[in-house]
Amino acid sequence: MLHQIEGAQAIAHAVAMCRPKVVCAYPITPQTHIVEKLGEMVHAGEVENCAFINVESEMAALSVAIGSQASGVRSYTATSSQGLLYMMEAVYNASGMQLPIVMTLGNRTIGAPLNIWNDHSDAMSARDAGWLMLFAETNQEALDLHIQAFKIAETVGCPVMVCVDGFILTHAYEGVDLPTQDAVDEFLPPYNPDVRLDISNPCAMGMMVSPEYFTEVKYLAHLRQQNALKIIDQTAKQFAQKFGRESGGLVRYYGDPNADTVIVAMGSVIGTVKDVIDELNAAGGKFAILTIVSYRPLPVEEIRAALSNAKRVIVLEKAFALGRGGVLAQEVELALMPFSGEFLSVIAGIGGRPITRTLLRQFFTQETYPEKTTFLGLNHKVVDIMSRME
Amino acid sequence: MSLTVGDRLNKAEEAVQARVKRHNSLTSGHRACQGCGEALAARCALDAAYNATGGKIVVVNATGCLEVFTTPYPDNAWGVPWLHSLFGNAPAVATGAAAAFAARGDHEMRVIAQGGDGGTTDIGMGCLSGMFERNDDVLYICYNNEAYMNTGVQRSSSTPALSRTATTFPIKQYMGNDPMSGKCVPKIAMAHGIPYVATATIGDIRDFERKVVKAIHMRGARYIEVYSPCPLGWGSQPCDTVRLARLVVRCGLYPLFEAENGKISSVTKIENLIPVEDYLRPQKRFAHLFGKNADPEHIKVIQKIADANIEEYNLTGGC
Amino acid sequence: MPKPYATVQDARTSLQNKTGTWRTMRPEYVHRMPPCNLMCPAGENIQLWLAHAQEGKLREAWEVMVDANPFPAIMGRVCYHTCELACNRTHFDGAVNINRLERSIGDVALNKGWSFPVPTRSTGKKVLVIGGGPSGLSAAYFLRRFGHSVTIYEANHKLGGAMRYGIPRYRLSTAVLDAEIDRLLALGIEVECDKRVSDVAQELQNFDAVYLAMGASLAVQINIPTDEGATVIDAIEMFRCLENDKDKMPALGKTVIVYGGGNSAIDAARTARRLGADKVQIVYRRAMEHMRAHDSEIKEALAEGVEILCLRTIGHIHKGSVSINKMELQNNELVNTGQVETLQADSVIYAIGQQPDEKVVLSISDILIGEGSTIIVDKNMMTGAKGIFAGGDIVPGKRTVTDAIGMGKKAARCIDAFLNGKEIPAKPSPDIATFKKLQLDYYPKSPRIDVEPKVNLTFEEANLSYDDPKVILEARRCFSCGNCYHCNNCYAYCPDNAIIQHEDGSLEFNYEYCKGCGLCAVECPCGAIKMVPDDQQ
Repeated sequence: MLHQIEGAQAIAHAVAMCRPKVVCAYPITPQTHIVEKLGEMVHAGEVENCAFINVESEMAALSVAIGSQASGVRSYTATSSQGLLYMMEAVYNASGMQLPIVMTLGNRTIGAPLNIWNDHSDAMSARDAGWLMLFAETNQEALDLHIQAFKIAETVGCPVMVCVDGFILTHAYEGVDLPTQDAVDEFLPPYNPDVRLDISNPCAMGMMVSPEYFTEVKYLAHLRQQNALKIIDQTAKQFAQKFGRESGGLVRYYGDPNADTVIVAMGSVIGTVKDVIDELNAAGGKFAILTIVSYRPLPVEEIRAALSNAKRVIVLEKAFALGRGGVLAQEVELALMPFSGEFLSVIAGIGGRPITRTLLRQFFTQETYPEKTTFLGLNHKVVDIMSRME
Repeated sequence: MSLTVGDRLNKAEEAVQARVKRHNSLTSGHRACQGCGEALAARCALDAAYNATGGKIVVVNATGCLEVFTTPYPDNAWGVPWLHSLFGNAPAVATGAAAAFAARGDHEMRVIAQGGDGGTTDIGMGCLSGMFERNDDVLYICYNNEAYMNTGVQRSSSTPALSRTATTFPIKQYMGNDPMSGKCVPKIAMAHGIPYVATATIGDIRDFERKVVKAIHMRGARYIEVYSPCPLGWGSQPCDTVRLARLVVRCGLYPLFEAENGKISSVTKIENLIPVEDYLRPQKRFAHLFGKNADPEHIKVIQKIADANIEEYNLTGGC
Repeated sequence: MPKPYATVQDARTSLQNKTGTWRTMRPEYVHRMPPCNLMCPAGENIQLWLAHAQEGKLREAWEVMVDANPFPAIMGRVCYHTCELACNRTHFDGAVNINRLERSIGDVALNKGWSFPVPTRSTGKKVLVIGGGPSGLSAAYFLRRFGHSVTIYEANHKLGGAMRYGIPRYRLSTAVLDAEIDRLLALGIEVECDKRVSDVAQELQNFDAVYLAMGASLAVQINIPTDEGATVIDAIEMFRCLENDKDKMPALGKTVIVYGGGNSAIDAARTARRLGADKVQIVYRRAMEHMRAHDSEIKEALAEGVEILCLRTIGHIHKGSVSINKMELQNNELVNTGQVETLQADSVIYAIGQQPDEKVVLSISDILIGEGSTIIVDKNMMTGAKGIFAGGDIVPGKRTVTDAIGMGKKAARCIDAFLNGKEIPAKPSPDIATFKKLQLDYYPKSPRIDVEPKVNLTFEEANLSYDDPKVILEARRCFSCGNCYHCNNCYAYCPDNAIIQHEDGSLEFNYEYCKGCGLCAVECPCGAIKMVPDDQQ
């Protein structure tokens, strides 16, 4: 049944149906509405035996979740932007300790300059932190990915970060289909880990590991992430079977199956891109889009399979590494090597700049591309004014 | 008749540490230095808590010496469920553990968080204060050895006046750690109005155990700071660890007290008051106060701190 | 969910890391010599019997006592307790009242009728003990325990020697004396009283060894001009009369002068007070601080009204008075000042000193006679004559009952070794548990429990025993110097759990893990742990 609700609320409902026992809340825009709603639901008795803890910082938020998850209960928190950076030490720690925490990242850029609007800079700052990272395209997918995320995390033994574009998804009202609690319960079994803080098996968690064992530890963690590719794929299939809709998975291909130009992107921008290529293909173009749902682990084989026949690959992303260029672009380019076609990187929508169909259409249909990396919609007049002020 | 830890003439009143069947929450083979006060204090605290709860404790540990010397893979020295996450987040992790056990319906389990003074009074202060103000159901024990020992003896906000550390220098006009610096975390804990705050030392294990047992049976946020000498960091003899813990109390530099709901409820009186010099002299971190070029005024600075404690806590007067 | 790797580990796996290899010094439990034991002339293990007494185990305490000394009740009355002078607690809050504890426990044993186990083995060797005083009885006791047959010849009518004829009854009652001697004789010792040996050499033919313990039974003679009709008696003769021949005891009168400065002078003076003298004055040549009498005895005498006149000698004894020469000390030399005074005296008691009767050994040329008619013995208590041993007041020494008992014990060991053809191994010099070796922070102040003596001028015992609760309280004041008393400080304070406590409470170092920090040794209250260099490979 469809409900016309805000994205943040949809996520809150999804999380609540996963029956977490500990929810940690610390305010930062734009994720705040999620924990506000969850708090309301916990206090209304809609989430059984769940502690809703107002903590004093993001560092504490994830740390509390580490403590509760290690004590054997399903734990959840959400953050954005600076908050993610503030808790970054714990982000690495949660994955290093293989604790299957689920966290929503309401994507927002990172200051300075201070800016509360959407891009993927925050997510990119955590790309090597050892978490599985899934990007939602729509509010429905955001909802669905959270249900899948708990299952994936607990199957793999690794925390999952569900990335949801700030404002564009979190604050947007859309019709979403809320599954029934029974269906979620059937899909997601209770959390009962073998290893936890337990007096009947008093082990130590979080040992110090010296050089003679460290490489092996990291190698095993890497294998586990690689193995997660199968589990993410499998979980999406099980989800489709159970709930009757496609959501999540590793990558999704849309458009002309024999496209000359394939655009690669993550998150909510996909919808806009789809509209543009639908228009272009209707006019005889040969365009397609490859949506990357699973950014970590990166499904290299699937990406290569989807893109190897394209004449031109355009990676459209909301983040970049200063002095180098697009982050996702580098990873896709590396995945494609050797690639005979044209490879382009587009930095778009950073700090909340709208990505319009017009801008995209203009860019996709350019005759030639003088720069390998393009800042979409860059206002040269502003650049000139600012550079003169230097 | 003596004030020893055990007493063959009165077995029933023996400290847990003196008993044959003590749990040894921290067992042999750990890599603490010779005469480590922290290793001793941790075993005392956890054994007392273990004994008082019938073994229903889990422990969260901040990064630091205690964590490093007890858990270098694959040698785990702990005999209790134990978790180490990070340097500054132990109170929050413990909050999570307490919430988890409550959510599981395990209301008998007690969560203990522990760390050194760096992890507690400095980097852990935010999480600690949060844990206190929410009155989370955690007993936090700070093993205070008055500097960052694990990283090589750098100054912390718990480092005492005029102490030499790797980052406080008795050079030229500087006397070592600035006597105007530092903070009293037990008082900060009291200001949160939490149910229980206490200071203790490993020089009096019976008193320390009594405070741990009292705290472990309470609910809400509890804080115990236990003075734990560090032979390596202080330049003291490993064999003098317990003796220094007695001397620091007797000279007035480390008042022993308990506070309940923000108010002091008991103070341990000093029976044989000694000058601070007797406590300072065996420690190389204070050697610059005694050398040929030492200024006698410097010891007076420390004596004044002790005198102020004696007055503030009425350490030598009647009840 | 798969289990985490590496960052999770089972409990107590660190036990595989044997940190004992770090050690350069090693702690060891030691038994240091407590000063009380060191100073006990009878070699009692005072610390050990106090430890039993602390637990209220008086039988065990008594058994430790009688392992070294058969007369606890007598000791508790007459021993000058050098142990208490040495007691480390003296420097803290007053010595442990060892003497009164010994008396009290000795009394408990008498009241309960505890006896010595009769020796089961018999060596077939026969030993003659000549003299049934403290040294002879002590030797007989230990010889019997070694399994030898023992015969005692006693010149007097009853056994006891100086304990009976040298010590007044208000210090040691006949009942206690007889009871402890009877208990000893029950071990199966032959006794012949009123038997004065005239020739020791002859006796040796019937015995495998002889122990000479006749004591110093003759009064030292001095020549002071004495008028006819003056009443003069030796202290030693007075005590003998009071015990055996009350009829022969002269009337002392109302004013009595005692001449001498030792314990027997005090005993004589206090006895005179009890015999009805109103005014008893001790005349002593030198200054008060030179008196050989023990302070406690002097104090009690003064309390009973005895006066002490120092730096005086008796020049002439008249009937009813004495002429006194006043002396002074010049560079520690006694000089007659020429001043004379006259004191009233119905009688004069000599308590100048005693010496052995050398006549009985004069026939044996191998036996050397030393100063004051004493018999010279070697380090094994043997005289120049093979198989003839001597001890007690007959040999040079301190001439106390306790010393005599100690020598009796040592002689018994030497005789036993002699009879078995063995050498007595030399004892290593003891590691003494000095005051500095104690960790005093663990001992709360606790004042010594004293019991004031009765002042009633009768021959009833003036001093009293403790009741049982006080025995335990006073015994618990013992520091247990140099010997573990199971306070478990070491066990509790070891940061490495490197001390194993067994179910019975015994402690053992676990050198697999001991890092050698030495905390245990510093925190041992009684100095029973020693750090020694550890040259482990």
